[in-house]
Amino acid sequence: MINLKKYISELNTKSELALSIFLTAGYPDKKDFIKIAELVYENGADLMEIGFPFSDPLADGTVIQRSSLEALRSGFILNDLFRYGEQLKLKYNKPLIAMGYANSIVNYGNADFFRDALNAGFDALIVPDIPYDEYEDFYADNIPNLPVINLVTPTSTDKRIKEIDTVTDSFIYYVSVKGTTGFRRNVNQQTLDEMKRVRSMISKNKMLTGFGISSIEDISTVSPYCDGIIIGSAVIKKIMENQDEYESLSYYIRELKCATTKRHQQNID
Amino acid sequence: MVDFKSYAFPDSRGKFGMYGGKYVPEILIPALDELEENYSALCRDESFLAELNNLQQEYNGRPTPLTFAKRLTEHFNGAKIFLKREDLCHTGAHKINNTLGQILLAKKMGKKRIIAETGAGQHGVATATVCAKYGLECIIYMGAVDVERQKLNVFKMKMLGAEVRSVNSGTATLKDATNEAIRDWVTNVGDTYYILGSVVGPHPYPMIVRDFQKIIGEETKEQIIKAEGKLPDKIIACVGGGSNSIGIFYPFLKNSEVQLIGVEAAGLGIETNKHCATLTKGRAGIFQGMKTYLLQDKEGQVNEVHSISAGLDYPGVGPEHSFLHDIKRVKYLSATDDEALSALFLLSKLEGIIPALETAHALAALEKIIIGSHPDQIIVVNCSGRGDKDMFKISEAGGLE
Repeated sequence: MINLKKYISELNTKSELALSIFLTAGYPDKKDFIKIAELVYENGADLMEIGFPFSDPLADGTVIQRSSLEALRSGFILNDLFRYGEQLKLKYNKPLIAMGYANSIVNYGNADFFRDALNAGFDALIVPDIPYDEYEDFYADNIPNLPVINLVTPTSTDKRIKEIDTVTDSFIYYVSVKGTTGFRRNVNQQTLDEMKRVRSMISKNKMLTGFGISSIEDISTVSPYCDGIIIGSAVIKKIMENQDEYESLSYYIRELKCATTKRHQQNID
Repeated sequence: MVDFKSYAFPDSRGKFGMYGGKYVPEILIPALDELEENYSALCRDESFLAELNNLQQEYNGRPTPLTFAKRLTEHFNGAKIFLKREDLCHTGAHKINNTLGQILLAKKMGKKRIIAETGAGQHGVATATVCAKYGLECIIYMGAVDVERQKLNVFKMKMLGAEVRSVNSGTATLKDATNEAIRDWVTNVGDTYYILGSVVGPHPYPMIVRDFQKIIGEETKEQIIKAEGKLPDKIIACVGGGSNSIGIFYPFLKNSEVQLIGVEAAGLGIETNKHCATLTKGRAGIFQGMKTYLLQDKEGQVNEVHSISAGLDYPGVGPEHSFLHDIKRVKYLSATDDEALSALFLLSKLEGIIPALETAHALAALEKIIIGSHPDQIIVVNCSGRGDKDMFKISEAGGLE
């Protein structure tokens, strides 16, 4: 298992922001998914989040709703997620994170899920509908100790951020906009002030920023205030629009990695 | 064993036993905490309660009557049947009991923008109504399928000044309208108040909606004692999310001699996949902010469900119902589309009361429950709403030829 905190620290030491790319498991279909995941790693993604689709994804905007539904229609089952993990880990020694809604896990059996995800090579888990209030109950059976990444938002209080920081041991997923995934709102001074506040409350974890980040400009603006960025909907959109054997997707990932490398250096200078 | 004399659910974490809770994205937690704090203060505030009570009387028309159904009683030749007339509430169903309470809450919290989900459109109309009364912006999310089958209510909402947003995602029914309303709330959490219409969703909603609906049961208790000098033997109510049923059941939970019966929608039959009998056929899951019984496939994906009644067409159920089901305080039955339709006609013809399709499910179950009962027994059916909104649907189902 990769130590995520250490892994991100090493990138930061090289003046790079960590680039985490979200993909919907089984989208657009089982075969192409692996091909896309490999392209994403090959073109520079440092971490990968594989979202296991749910019929009612509350925190997601239209793009991920659509990819989730299509993945389910093409026959995705939870066992496919573990198989993807195993396959990718054989080729790439890079962080792999499972992300999905609580009901899929409850239905599979919490203890079984934590064990099987770990055995399949996943380094961490994100469940967007398990807030800190439900943390203890939900992870009571996490005996194999699969690291859990918790979300923090601009509305989280200082006290709460500190509590979440205490129970987390990898990175905090900072949701930079009030909205669902893919929600576009220009990164403004308020966004940055909120990021500064949140980051100052985090002492033992790295902080990666996601939701509403998609352009090189966004990355450049937020880079001084976090340790990495997460891109989801914008990537899924490229997959939806694919007409060139994922050439423009690969190009996009390279561009993003380039931005997380250069921009961070510039800002530090 | 739960002691109903000191029944104190939900607990401090919003749980009814293992059910309920707050399974929402982190961004909503402060909003739920704010709501809970404000509600806890207001529900003990005499002036707030007086204001609400005045609205319930002078605007909503409460108390609603408890009508003895003479010809229906003669028809079945068993227990005496009484109808709790929530169909006589302003806007035609019990839903406004809750929206009146929540709009006052929203106003006290200084919110300017109101959102709500609706299935049959009754909650949408009840929300649009109170928004018109208090001059607040109102946006109603409604599944595209429901927009079609409950046209009359869509016209009403628009007339009342609400914006109706048709939802095409997922199954385009109540559950998807609820998802969209929650997504709107996630995005506009600062200035927006979400008036949830049933005893579902994250804590504190199941508690707040129950508390605003329990007036149904409190009045029923007083009225039946006045009319008959004793409590009823049985109370029957339909269950979708479960707000009218919890409203009439809750004040009777501690009266163990009163049998409480909830009726779910069996659609085309519970042996098919086309039903909404969540407690009969579902199992525990996490959905729309709550842990509760859920109709889901073996992968934990939420099922596409069916009921002729838009208000019952929902794959989940309020967490308190899941709890009351497990501890066996309430018995849950189901009635099919056809059974509901024929019960709807029976009540119309025998009593001159056209019930809503939702309510008709409770009446359909009455036919089975009443078998073997005696004239000295009493059954109360919660007549949760009236059927005006369903005319197109009933006609389409071939009921008006």
